[in-house]
Amino acid sequence: MTRPPMEAVIGLEVHAELLTESKIFCACSAAFGADPNTSVCPVCLGLPGVLPVLNERVVDFAILAGLATHCTIAEHSRFARKNYFYPDLPKGYQISMYELPLCVGGHLDVLVDGTTRRIGLTRIHMEEDTGKNVHDGETSLVDFNRSGVPLLEIVSEPDMRTVAEAGAYLRTLRSILQYLEICDGNMEEGSFRCDANVSVRPVGATTFGTKVEIKNMNSFRAVEKAIAYEIARQTDVLAEGGTLAQETRLWDADREETRSMRSKEYAHDYRYFPEPDLLPLVVDPERVAHVRARLPELPGARRERFVREYGLSPYDADVLTQRKDVADYYEAGVAEGAAPKEMANWVMTELLRIVREEKLDRALVIREWPLTPLQLARLAKLVDAGTINRNTAKGLLPRLRRTGQDPEALVAAEGLAQVSDRGALEAAVADAVAKNPKQVAQYRGGKTQVLGFLVGQVMKATGGKANPQLVQELLRAALGG
Amino acid sequence: MGTLHELSVRDAAERVRRRDVSAVDLARAALARIAAVEPRLGAFLTLDETGAVAAAEAVDRRIAAGEDAGVLAGVPIAVKDVICTKGLRTTAGSRILERFVPPHDATVTARLRDAGAVIVGKTSCDEFAMGSSNENSAYGPVRNPWDPARVPGGSSGGSGAAVAAGECHGALGTDTGGSIRLPAAYCGVVGLKPTYGRVSRFGVIAYASSLDQVGPFARDVADAAVLLEAIAGPDPADSTAAPRPVPSYLAALDGSVRGLRLGLPREYFVEGMQREVADAVRAAVGTLARLGAAVEEVSLPHTEYAIATYYLIATAEASSNLARYDGVRYGLRIPEKSLGDMYEATRAAGFGAEVKRRIMLGTYALSAGYYDAYYLKAQQVRTLVRRDFEAALARCDALVAPVAPTTAFRLGEKVDDPLTMYLSDIFTISVNLAGLPGLSLPCGADAAGLPIGLQVIGRPFDEATVLRVGYAYEQATEWHRRRPPL
Repeated sequence: MTRPPMEAVIGLEVHAELLTESKIFCACSAAFGADPNTSVCPVCLGLPGVLPVLNERVVDFAILAGLATHCTIAEHSRFARKNYFYPDLPKGYQISMYELPLCVGGHLDVLVDGTTRRIGLTRIHMEEDTGKNVHDGETSLVDFNRSGVPLLEIVSEPDMRTVAEAGAYLRTLRSILQYLEICDGNMEEGSFRCDANVSVRPVGATTFGTKVEIKNMNSFRAVEKAIAYEIARQTDVLAEGGTLAQETRLWDADREETRSMRSKEYAHDYRYFPEPDLLPLVVDPERVAHVRARLPELPGARRERFVREYGLSPYDADVLTQRKDVADYYEAGVAEGAAPKEMANWVMTELLRIVREEKLDRALVIREWPLTPLQLARLAKLVDAGTINRNTAKGLLPRLRRTGQDPEALVAAEGLAQVSDRGALEAAVADAVAKNPKQVAQYRGGKTQVLGFLVGQVMKATGGKANPQLVQELLRAALGG
Repeated sequence: MGTLHELSVRDAAERVRRRDVSAVDLARAALARIAAVEPRLGAFLTLDETGAVAAAEAVDRRIAAGEDAGVLAGVPIAVKDVICTKGLRTTAGSRILERFVPPHDATVTARLRDAGAVIVGKTSCDEFAMGSSNENSAYGPVRNPWDPARVPGGSSGGSGAAVAAGECHGALGTDTGGSIRLPAAYCGVVGLKPTYGRVSRFGVIAYASSLDQVGPFARDVADAAVLLEAIAGPDPADSTAAPRPVPSYLAALDGSVRGLRLGLPREYFVEGMQREVADAVRAAVGTLARLGAAVEEVSLPHTEYAIATYYLIATAEASSNLARYDGVRYGLRIPEKSLGDMYEATRAAGFGAEVKRRIMLGTYALSAGYYDAYYLKAQQVRTLVRRDFEAALARCDALVAPVAPTTAFRLGEKVDDPLTMYLSDIFTISVNLAGLPGLSLPCGADAAGLPIGLQVIGRPFDEATVLRVGYAYEQATEWHRRRPPL
């Protein structure tokens, strides 16, 4: 008996911590990294009698995210209480949104293997983060600094079919939030968290298989590995004639497997009901228009413009537009007169290598670049104009970085400009021909590969500054080739 | 000095400001009265002699320095123990908060202090304001000053009894289903539940967030007006406190009801009601008519569903509001090996029977599969109840009604029968569901001399008219001058 080919159905639920100064329902600082329980007050500690007051900036950030993902912004929405007991949840309920979220029905266009896929977005709502339990041997402590830090919960439709699509969705979403400057997108520090809902079904089926929720992934790689693992596990269980349980599973990064955490029978009944301490949220069209006016050009649109305007390949344009700061850097260089293609090469190969090596991309916005866009643009121009060759240029990078010097000035001061003067080079070429009769004979005998050796001799004689193309041309002429 | 504790809030503040009497003398007089009668009443859970004298000294210093000491300058006031007082133990009448000292003041507490009031202590109440007799306090019952064998009403029983007994000149209570108006009626004092949103709830330990409201107890209507004015108004810490200006309630008391239309709800005179109560309320309505008000009968057809609706909404909210008392951060903790066991042991030991009953009711009403049938349905009925009042108050300026079907009942009489107990609030609960202001003031006494209360219900945010009606009635009668025979 042959089994039908299977496909995966994937939906992602992202929690993004917002970069507001203060928490969502009190005036405490929302900044990460303070000493435990120092950014707290009666409200975020859930003391008796306290009440939440909504931070309006959180609403603006949520509207921004909704508009950037093509959602409808609900004129009437409502906070709700999600009730459960846990030591990191001071009130015994989390203020979230349930029946009436702020943003509904959007989508993201993501690039997968060169083609665009549209992934539906079910909803975006605001909620408060919990505190953090810290376990120390026998004792457990709670740090409430994070309690009340604003979160967006962003829920996709079950529209993804492959790990690559899920990865592309997640990266695109993070990129958008970073462009909006509302979330730093750091998965390791937990400011951008992702749970995945995964099921499998025969290709062509119209109903869904049994859904498993996977939690506890701390990096993009982990999300991708966990989904891949889960697809394989579910496919295997079904292939062996087994059945799947609707459950929550935890990703174990060390053992690279998912493990059952709780099944549906033990699922929480969160007893959601409208939050009576907050008024229903009314967002009028005027406010939405006001926020819309603040929307920057988003990564998708910018990528397409880079292809159109600068003649870049979609891949290059994608790499250059994933981060707004990188795209801004690139365009600043082009504005300085660098050729778009040359500038793209320098940014992608040299600049981004340093950024990655030195983990500069941890910052939401890189402000201290290793080289200014002007320096890199001028270096690109020098290469493009044939003033220096590419290797000389690369060799200059550490010094340019250290000194902050203008590349043109450095090249002039050190006499690094490549020698393209035929008269000057002809003497060196004649000298090389005279000093290497054996190789000359070999060349003339048809072994043309030795030309490289002779070019090297001329380059050495000129201190590496000779224009290599011109040297080749002159050698061929001298050798009568 | 023997009668200083009998002064009205207005007179006491005025005499302090004029330096006829010092704030410290007033405070000492109140504390002396408390020492004399408290053993027979049990109205207070916590006294603050030191804090009261210190606050009074501060008022005296301000006055000596020629500064404005506030409308409540030096007036001894008591605060219900569900209202947070910075540095002063606040238990909500519960074991679970037996040693809880808030680091924060409720907004109403801060406003009292700003107005110059001297807080003498925290009054007893049903645990987390859940009850109609004050018998659900974890720290024992409060006795009615008119008859120590009877309840003072609840849940703000300590505040009602303390004001009636002259232990303080005024007090704050909270009213979720009648918890100010019922003890005011049973103790023979004035109590006002303001419109939902008129007074900040910040720092008020929540029972049912969409129903709770803080209000004053006083010995006459004008004092209630002064106290309301001091605590009312918008609060940046409470989104549900309405952004409306507070009028001068005292200025609204012109002594007249001429030209006002008053409605008498047919459904508020029921079978099984104590005869003397119905008679006293009808007599009061007659008095108001003689004073020039036009009285007409109105109907509030959804009244019979009010108690069921209330016990779904209030308990649902309570089940969530009381989740924070988990033994983790503050309050009682019964150590156990596992987290789940610690939660269970702590809450089992910390909460009383009525609180547990309401948490379970509310948890059930919100559970998956029952939400639509109970909580959602209750919200729909709540809308119908509110519409009843809207229709009646479109025709009338205010409604007049009894506060409770009977006068104060005996301690222990209803403790084993929660449903009968719940019926004590039959005439007050709808007003909370509709979010309206309701005033309770003395209008008679039964054969045993126990006070009877008259309720005046107004339009949203129209406390002025409600107080005006109460004041006009008070000017024409003597009931508010009766004092319990202590």
